[in-house]
Amino acid sequence: MVRKLALPDEILLKVEKPARYIGGEVNAVNKNFDEMDINFCMCFPDVYEIGMSHLGIQILYDMFNKWDKVYCDRVYSPWPDLDKIMRDRDIPLFAVESQRPLKDFDFLGITLQYEMCYTNILQILDLGKIPLYTAERTEDDPVIIGGGPCTYNPEPIADFFDLFYIGEGETQYKNLLDLYKKIKDENPGAWREKFLHAAAQIPGIYVPSLYEVEYYDKAGVEGDNPAPMPELAGTISSFKPKFDFVPATIRKEIVLDMDNTYYPEKPVVPFIRATQDRVVLEIQRGCIRGCRFCQAGMVYRPVRERSLEFLKDKALKLLKNTGHEDITLSSLSSSDYSHLEEIVNYLVENIHGKGINVSLPSLRIDAFSLDVMSKVQDIKKSSVTFAPEAGTQRMRNVINKGLTEEDIIHGADQAFHAGWNRVKLYFMLGQPTETNEDVEGIAILADKIARKYYEIPKAERNGKVQIVASSSFFVPKPFTPFQWARMNSKEEFLEKAKICRRKFGEMLNSKSLKYNWHESDVSVLEGVLARGDRRIAPALVEAYRKGSIFDAWSDYFVFDNWLEAFAKYDITFEYYNERERVFEELLPWDFLDCGVNKRFLQLEWNRAKEARVTANCRQGCSGCGALVFGGGVCFEGKNKVR
Amino acid sequence: MKVRIKFGKYGELKFIGHLDIMRYFQKMMRRADIDIKYSTGYSPHQIMSFAQPLGLGITSDGEYMDIEVDSTKPSKEMIDLLNTYNVDNIRIYSYRELPDNAKTGMAIIAAADYEVRFRYPEKISFDLKSDWPRFMEREHINVTKTTKSGESEVDLKPLIFDSHVMEDGLFLKLSCGSVVNLKPEVVLGEFYKFMGEELGEFDLLLHRKELYARGDDGELIALEDMGRDIE
Repeated sequence: MVRKLALPDEILLKVEKPARYIGGEVNAVNKNFDEMDINFCMCFPDVYEIGMSHLGIQILYDMFNKWDKVYCDRVYSPWPDLDKIMRDRDIPLFAVESQRPLKDFDFLGITLQYEMCYTNILQILDLGKIPLYTAERTEDDPVIIGGGPCTYNPEPIADFFDLFYIGEGETQYKNLLDLYKKIKDENPGAWREKFLHAAAQIPGIYVPSLYEVEYYDKAGVEGDNPAPMPELAGTISSFKPKFDFVPATIRKEIVLDMDNTYYPEKPVVPFIRATQDRVVLEIQRGCIRGCRFCQAGMVYRPVRERSLEFLKDKALKLLKNTGHEDITLSSLSSSDYSHLEEIVNYLVENIHGKGINVSLPSLRIDAFSLDVMSKVQDIKKSSVTFAPEAGTQRMRNVINKGLTEEDIIHGADQAFHAGWNRVKLYFMLGQPTETNEDVEGIAILADKIARKYYEIPKAERNGKVQIVASSSFFVPKPFTPFQWARMNSKEEFLEKAKICRRKFGEMLNSKSLKYNWHESDVSVLEGVLARGDRRIAPALVEAYRKGSIFDAWSDYFVFDNWLEAFAKYDITFEYYNERERVFEELLPWDFLDCGVNKRFLQLEWNRAKEARVTANCRQGCSGCGALVFGGGVCFEGKNKVR
Repeated sequence: MKVRIKFGKYGELKFIGHLDIMRYFQKMMRRADIDIKYSTGYSPHQIMSFAQPLGLGITSDGEYMDIEVDSTKPSKEMIDLLNTYNVDNIRIYSYRELPDNAKTGMAIIAAADYEVRFRYPEKISFDLKSDWPRFMEREHINVTKTTKSGESEVDLKPLIFDSHVMEDGLFLKLSCGSVVNLKPEVVLGEFYKFMGEELGEFDLLLHRKELYARGDDGELIALEDMGRDIE
């Protein structure tokens, strides 16, 4: 069978990994494009190997293609080598299976997994010959819809999207597509505005062009729209729908019955090795823990588990249908899954061996996880991982990380006795109220773990211990108790990393310790994009025009492009990152409702400042607000859904 | 039991490199539930070896891999089974049992057949029918090869076992294997040079037809003919 490819052989043989652009993978769905009611192109705005590893897209791809007369195809960001060729030769960007230009599709759905892919969205639209701004699109352009975690503050990219889908995609897409077909059939050539107006009334759909944003004057309490208090200078003064029929707030969509919903049994298997080259079993959504820095832990509430039977059944089918040699569990905190032991034991007993590996997600280190790990991993080659996130107990209380020093030392000790001698530790620098003592605490904690190792008699030890500690820089995120927090500047971050590194050098076991820290340029930029507003958009376009794409890739990240773009549009780190916001401020994302309410977040922010911990969902309900969805952990042990 | 599988690779699959094709077949064996043997050790892998990697951009009717299985069904059924789990552009042609002492295809490969066609036939200035025989009638076709240890002269002539002009291209039977491996683009490069032209990077469309080993009397035997169908 000869498919007509969008790129000629000469190009495909010249670029790195041509398999990124040809589709036709195992389990890819082929439908007749011209016979469809709706052609939907799903986009992950990063390179193919990353995009193909994303479970969310696989779920939606499978769901769309199950529907009659709907075809879902895929597109990923062309790598810079092909990007250049496409620009030089004016080749329009195309979807990988149908090889059709993006412009031929009804919808282009872009998943927003991290802020640093924002310029890649512009790349996709630009190469796809689709106007960058929603305001410039015509009846001939596809509907551009965004989804995924970054939609919990879509404002910096709001001008580029026609719609955002807030929450989990399984629930409202059918309604949205049906509405589109109906309006387009009834109003050929004049459907766009009518559709956007109607879509705004579907639950979970946000149509940014139907809202008006106003700002207080930057000068402060003077001018046409003076701020009522100095702290509010330059902030949003009002955010309102333009029409009566447009909702003032939009509540996220969630799936309540996790067993009777879409889950792909035949996911697409790439020819080239994807980042996640394995079967991924999503065991639950949400997290009970409530770490105060963690956006996922808040916006995916409440925790909803899939049943053991569901997972056993899917595990076997997925392995059979993909031929993958590896299977892994996915969730925010696998140790909290009620049937963890059962599912892990099932996989180890029924699947492990015969060339199939079970790779474990990061589990809480205890007797059970160490026992399982010793069955599926080579102890000599593997390491045990802890994510204390902070170096002192005070700091861990501030962030509500329910992991004590005793847990860590005891867990490590158990692992050492079982034969492990490598430990990985993950930390964050720059969290609210952090002092030098907290920063140095990272090195001290790492050293304590090493000391524990050397308490073991020499004859019973397995050589030297190796402890690798990594720290990232904390970026405050919307819908977390830290959404009001001041973020550190680049200079402060680097100073903290220096203090930490120096302390590592002073430790007794410094030869057994290694310390790494992340880039600070990317972190401060991520801070602006995470909590930014609509005024960021022109600077994004400017950075893109200067050549910025693949900002998440250090080889391609050019900080100067961003500094110049920010200067041009008067966007400052001081305003977006380095000020603590007051509760009176109208935040750019306040019109969204993720279930967890602002009152709870404020309470948590105050408790954080007092270093007081809050119980997790299973220890006791703290009344975050997620109960409104009527399911999940909020109703465990009670009578079923109200 | 040792089994030799012959397969073809077509269309856009020519953009999938050798290592990815190996991964593809490992996954395919698991999808089709083939009772393939695994190596022992901490991370067992399938016992599978390929006769000769196929370069990027080349299609083929005659690729080979050798595997070991613990049990099997008759050849016919196995071919159908494997093809059910293949993508359209990979086709299995034969599935044959090898003697227990057989060496792998990789170890014995000696020759390969190629069909060479031209991507831009309209641009060709030579007449293959008359010019190719002129090129081949010379006693030596010497080329200078640059290696790590310096430059050396190689005579291509004895490595071109057979050739003839086809309706739309050229057929070549070339020495192939780990010792002396002659690529069709090298032969054509020399031919273009002989014609006073330069071979462009994308001028050729290459298609491999068959792979051979040497028999006891030095004759070339297609790799699949060294096994027998399982009834």
